[in-house]
Amino acid sequence: MKTRRIYLYTRFERFWHWMQALLIIGLGITGFEVHGSYSWLGFQTAYMWHVRFGWALVALIVFAAFWHFTTGQWKNYIPTFERVGVMVRYYTSGIFRNEPHPYKKSELSKLNPLQRLTYLGFKILIAPILVTTGLLLIYYNRWPDWGLNWKLASVSSLHLAGAFLILMFFIVHVYMTTTGHTVFSNIKAMIVGYEEVPEEEAAPAAAAD
Amino acid sequence: MTSTLRRRWLLWSGVALLALALSLAWRVTRGYAQTAAAPPAAPALVKEDDDSTADHTKFEALQQDFQNATEVTQACLECHTEAAKQVMASTHWTWEFPGGETGETWGKRHVINNFCVAVTSNWPRCTSCHVGYGWKDDTFFDTATEAQVDCLVCHDTTGTYKKFPAGAGHPAYEPKEFPPGSGKIWEPPDLAYIAQNVGRPGNKNCGACHFYGGGGDGVKHGDMDSTLAAPPKEVDVHLSPEGAGLVCADCHKTHAHQVPGSRYAMTPKDTHGKDLPVADDNPTTCESCHGLAPMKNPKLNDHVDKVACQTCHIPAFARGDKPTKMWWDWSKAGDKTRGDHGVEKDENGWVIYDYKKGEFVWQKNVTPTYLWFNGQTTYMVEGEKIDPNGPVYINKPAGGPDDPNARIYPFKVFRGKQGYDPVNQVLLVPHLFPFNKEDTTAYWKGFDWGTAFEVGMKTAGLDYSGQYDWIETTMYWPITHMVAPAEQALQCGDCHQPQGRLAQVPGVYIPGQTGHPTIDAIGWTLSGLALLGVVVHAGLRVASRRKA
Repeated sequence: MKTRRIYLYTRFERFWHWMQALLIIGLGITGFEVHGSYSWLGFQTAYMWHVRFGWALVALIVFAAFWHFTTGQWKNYIPTFERVGVMVRYYTSGIFRNEPHPYKKSELSKLNPLQRLTYLGFKILIAPILVTTGLLLIYYNRWPDWGLNWKLASVSSLHLAGAFLILMFFIVHVYMTTTGHTVFSNIKAMIVGYEEVPEEEAAPAAAAD
Repeated sequence: MTSTLRRRWLLWSGVALLALALSLAWRVTRGYAQTAAAPPAAPALVKEDDDSTADHTKFEALQQDFQNATEVTQACLECHTEAAKQVMASTHWTWEFPGGETGETWGKRHVINNFCVAVTSNWPRCTSCHVGYGWKDDTFFDTATEAQVDCLVCHDTTGTYKKFPAGAGHPAYEPKEFPPGSGKIWEPPDLAYIAQNVGRPGNKNCGACHFYGGGGDGVKHGDMDSTLAAPPKEVDVHLSPEGAGLVCADCHKTHAHQVPGSRYAMTPKDTHGKDLPVADDNPTTCESCHGLAPMKNPKLNDHVDKVACQTCHIPAFARGDKPTKMWWDWSKAGDKTRGDHGVEKDENGWVIYDYKKGEFVWQKNVTPTYLWFNGQTTYMVEGEKIDPNGPVYINKPAGGPDDPNARIYPFKVFRGKQGYDPVNQVLLVPHLFPFNKEDTTAYWKGFDWGTAFEVGMKTAGLDYSGQYDWIETTMYWPITHMVAPAEQALQCGDCHQPQGRLAQVPGVYIPGQTGHPTIDAIGWTLSGLALLGVVVHAGLRVASRRKA
């Protein structure tokens, strides 16, 4: 099959993605230990690194938000329900019949409708819940000063629920990277920036939106 | 600048900024890495022993051949004119303490415990730890004079002054044997020598009574025994000569002979902080010297709102040379055939049966029991009704998770079996120690519980049905001494784990211990299903590709 190289992920985007991946994995491993799901590093070490990873993620989010808005990349996350049905049908049946992927990636529109919805949910729902509850948990002794009369257990239960959502996202997300043109083509693209896509898939940039 | 160059410049400056931010975040959170931070040094205390302006050997009033300890007191009072009045107003003298909102009067004179049970009818033995002379019956407080105040028990610096164990507070005036038949002779102390060598109380002065509460070394408190006279640093950082080198009175900072820090009115949560150099609050709290945020690690200081200092810094009690008594069963007393003439010892040499007292359980290095505690404790007084069906709590620390004055605090839980009146439903006052040589009604003379209870209750002015039975009782002893070196304090994981130390404490969410079982169940199930889903999906893909 004839292929074409398209430049999908800029250097900052790749750096951001992998930093975020590392931090989230670190937060998951340390976080579930802090929660008491298992004992490996010891509570103190787990807690200490959980807080460090958390602050690092906050810093990364600040930079990523700046990047999204200054580069216009945020437009990739404008949600659309158009063709969601087609996408679902592809992943639940077409993929087993070796049908071509119904979504044509391009430099200007690199996320399919399912990705748009999922990542947007991640960015405006799950991540803010986790970051907000996380910061609150660090500073729970100051709640009375801030006029907050919340229960530690309630805030931590939200944090935990968010963590499980990320865990499920992580499982499905990692798996979905293998459903590209080849098993590793998606991951490779996120490493080098370029993705090999079938010639006919590379829709003209103008027609992508 | 070309656009490529500009982009490159933007990129690198972005990376540099990000690195800066990450390193800042690192610095902000670095405090969490520090373990077992050393507390800031407490203000230096002046050792006042060297500062005295009087040499007591030079006072003619003290160069006498004292025949009786009360004569020493009279000599003391010639100069220290107000001292006896002050002592007589103190708990050390009255053995009374106002019972707060209960309207009762507490103090040793009135409360019941599950060690030797009650002072009433057992005076000469119990009052060997009274700061006075001659409390041998219940007329003492009507007749006592200032000369009957015992100055020496607190102010002897020679270590040779000893109150005779059954002398109603007096020392021996001639060589006397105690316990009877033991061959242990108590020699009369040299009162003139002692009187000429008085000074500020040291650990042994306080310890002469407080290390031996409950009738023996380490028996009662769990956090106090004779080791504390000069303990190794591992046992008590404050009293250890290798540690802070403090004496009891440095914290129990006494004014006009009123000693603060009573168990009847504690301050488990001191929000005032440092009391030095001006003491305007309970000076016996940790915060009085260490302040309100004593740890370098900010996360550890976050705990002080709910967790008392003692909870982490006293990981176990009875860490000295002596074990402490954890169980005392009076119902087994009276069998002289057990062991060696009615005394049995275990492999450590600890007495586990005594025909006079019953069965004991001793322990060393005991993990405390943790309770919410606001400083108030209710006590049972002689004649107070009990519920024979319930667990009978002789005292009970008050406080709960929503009480602003309460913190989680360590306790020794002491249990035992003692006599009660099943008809009147009261704990019985046993007459254990004979009033005099002719008295055979005391249990330790006649070994008849019926008579001992009858005389005990009658002396206490209480009704006795004539029937007695045995009942299990529980008592709580706050643990606050024997503070361990910082590196031996509890670590995070001691509590932050599913079976953590505070697992039994209600109303507090402890990460790593309390958990959210419902969210966990849902979360792990859905995550498992997600994993199963992708595995099945992958399998189907492989299968379909093979087919193709």
